[in-house]
Amino acid sequence: MPTAQPEIESSSEARSEDYLWTLNFGPQHPATHTTLRLVLKLEGERVVDAVPEMGYLHSGFEKIAEHLTFNQYVTVTDRMNYISPMANNVAWHHSVETLLGVNLTPRCTYIRTIVAELARISDHLLSNGAVGLDTGAFTYFLYAFYQREVIYDIFETLCGARFTNSYTRVGGVSHDFTPLVIEKIRAFVKTFPKTLNDMQRLLNRNRIFVDRTQGVGILTKEEAINRGATGPVARASGVTRDLRRDDPYLAYGDFDFQISCASAGDCYSRYLIRMQEMRESLKIVEQAIEHLPSGPVNVGNNERTTLPTKNQVYSTIEGTISHFELSMSNRGFEVPCEESYAAIEAPNGELGFYIVGDGEDQAYRARCRPPSVLNFAMFPHLIRGHTLSDVVAVLGSLNIIAAELDR
Amino acid sequence: MTKTSDTGTKTVIENAHVRALNAFCGPVESSIYRKQQRVIVPTEKSFDALSLLKDRGFDLFIDVTCVDYLEYRKAKHRYGLVYLLASTMNTERLTVRLFVDDPKPTVASVVPLWEAANWLEREVWDLFGVDFTGHPDLRRLVMPEEFTAHPLRKDYPLQGRGERHNFPVITRDHS
Repeated sequence: MPTAQPEIESSSEARSEDYLWTLNFGPQHPATHTTLRLVLKLEGERVVDAVPEMGYLHSGFEKIAEHLTFNQYVTVTDRMNYISPMANNVAWHHSVETLLGVNLTPRCTYIRTIVAELARISDHLLSNGAVGLDTGAFTYFLYAFYQREVIYDIFETLCGARFTNSYTRVGGVSHDFTPLVIEKIRAFVKTFPKTLNDMQRLLNRNRIFVDRTQGVGILTKEEAINRGATGPVARASGVTRDLRRDDPYLAYGDFDFQISCASAGDCYSRYLIRMQEMRESLKIVEQAIEHLPSGPVNVGNNERTTLPTKNQVYSTIEGTISHFELSMSNRGFEVPCEESYAAIEAPNGELGFYIVGDGEDQAYRARCRPPSVLNFAMFPHLIRGHTLSDVVAVLGSLNIIAAELDR
Repeated sequence: MTKTSDTGTKTVIENAHVRALNAFCGPVESSIYRKQQRVIVPTEKSFDALSLLKDRGFDLFIDVTCVDYLEYRKAKHRYGLVYLLASTMNTERLTVRLFVDDPKPTVASVVPLWEAANWLEREVWDLFGVDFTGHPDLRRLVMPEEFTAHPLRKDYPLQGRGERHNFPVITRDHS
């Protein structure tokens, strides 16, 4: 055939990229930990380029937010970053209360601070544990997971749910701290440093782990700012930004704690930052639990911003009326026709909600600012030039949670 | 400085950044709600205004998102874009808003200024259908490529339009 000749000619002049090998990584892969996909271009073992893809878990959380009331939506926020759901609960209602202008009671701010910090510890345990797991340190992962179990147990005693807590409410929380919860948190504060020391001894100077993470996936300070990194990823690159100190929400202004920072910006420093942050979080929990203010935990019923307790509902007429009205549509909160943004320092970075109110009980629009999206977007930049085995180390150190990524 | 009203709604406060914006693109509408400074910039000058703000110290791009004002009371425009800016040097924050309308909502991309905007603008395009001119790679982010609608628009129903039932099924032979 006359057309056959040019084809052969063009194939003999192979394009310069033809020898590259394309590898599909995910969406189901043990090292992605969640459902996300990477298309890697390999030259031998080197990663020349990576194309991340997301959306496999997209469930329209922001659309659902426009159809659920402010108290109902907290159940959906549990499912965003499901390894630290308490922090999401706190972030959501922090934003809602900013929009509504609700001032919390001192006890409530302390309680929320404690649960948010416990959530940070449990998040960092899992993310560091997963980095250890992916780089071959299985023992370390089990040490971490055992301590997560203790935190689950505290949350179960507190609100009955281990995983999807749905703990906060507008103007308060669903359950006050009981003496048993306080006792369990105190026990955790006492026993956890020992495990943390063990974990540090297992991995900090472990030759295999250090070789696999040091100098891998370097993010410079300029790139971290340019790419919108927040949280441990940014602080490992030398960006000294932490909302707990810069914009003290809840009760963070009352406590003495340090912001952990590193300058190397590689996987190893991200690991070290998370280890150090657990110690600082523990300091906050310890101070907060010892200085827990007494008094009511929820905003009063007169302000009609929080659901009354079951005891009040069943024994007082005001409680019954208040509960009935708050549960009805159009009779609940006074929502201004305004828009506001409020964020907290979640374990992964800045987690905020931009909420538009239009006078209704539901948000007109509730945008979640997910730190995972920005962390995942910088993945190709971090992995270029490294080997295939570094993919799991970098992915683990960014701590990408697909449910928060896709929402 | 004008006084704060009891309801905590709009007040106008003198702010150096707002003054700079005023000098740059004519009088901009600015307001403060819950201690958050917000400005509304003209759409055609959005890129230059954001570039000016970046030079004035807002080096951290927090978020860009969109609000569909289709059912919003007294709304004059269909879509409102919201840029949340912050600084790593100090604790300042600024919310920049601008409005675009049907039939072709278009705004200049800020990816040349902040790489962080890349995926966030893709998400806005995906869910709202706002076009970003100058974006290097404007593809859908969370919805599948075959999808035709923009689901966070207010005229898109919560249950969807049945797209899910018509997704192509990939069998083992065709994968």
